[in-house]
Amino acid sequence: MILGRVIGTITSTINHPFYDGKKLLVVEKADPSGAPLGDYLVAVDDVGAGEGERVLVLDEGNGARQVFASKDAPVRSVIVGIIDDVTT
Amino acid sequence: MLLGRVIGTVVPCVVYEGLQGVPMLFVQPVNKSGEPKGAPLVAADATRMAGPGELVYYEGGREAALALDPWFVPVDHTIIGIVDTWGQTSKDDLGTTLLPRSSFEV
Repeated sequence: MILGRVIGTITSTINHPFYDGKKLLVVEKADPSGAPLGDYLVAVDDVGAGEGERVLVLDEGNGARQVFASKDAPVRSVIVGIIDDVTT
Repeated sequence: MLLGRVIGTVVPCVVYEGLQGVPMLFVQPVNKSGEPKGAPLVAADATRMAGPGELVYYEGGREAALALDPWFVPVDHTIIGIVDTWGQTSKDDLGTTLLPRSSFEV
């Protein structure tokens, strides 16, 4: 899993049926201190995260499909946690 | 998933079994500011509705093929959806191709 910060939301009318009703967020990857790494990804939100929050993102297909109890969902990135603090 | 801008269409004359009729689009990946980043790639279009100029989000790897029907096909990038609007927290990050957050238009 990776650390990131939510920097935006995506709205989409035309999409794959699996994504109907799913919330898509743009997550900027960040280091443990919260500093942005420059890279980003688009992830499905499963925990109710919002803009500006630090989040935990699962970026692996099998685990992501398990989250949605599906064998064939075309999903890989899922926000699975909201981070309060990281101690290093 | 990542964001990309459709910059063209690809018309194959022969495709692998299972890919007949699947639109192939030329997609330029963009960064979080909407600026081109990296080399363009060819992506199958699971929406079957995307066209040049549109901002889309696409999936790569094994999940790319899962978006298609039939799904056991040799594909490494697939367009999952077309972006209507997207907003960013930082206005400094907005690129020229994307309107400001308040406008919410792509």
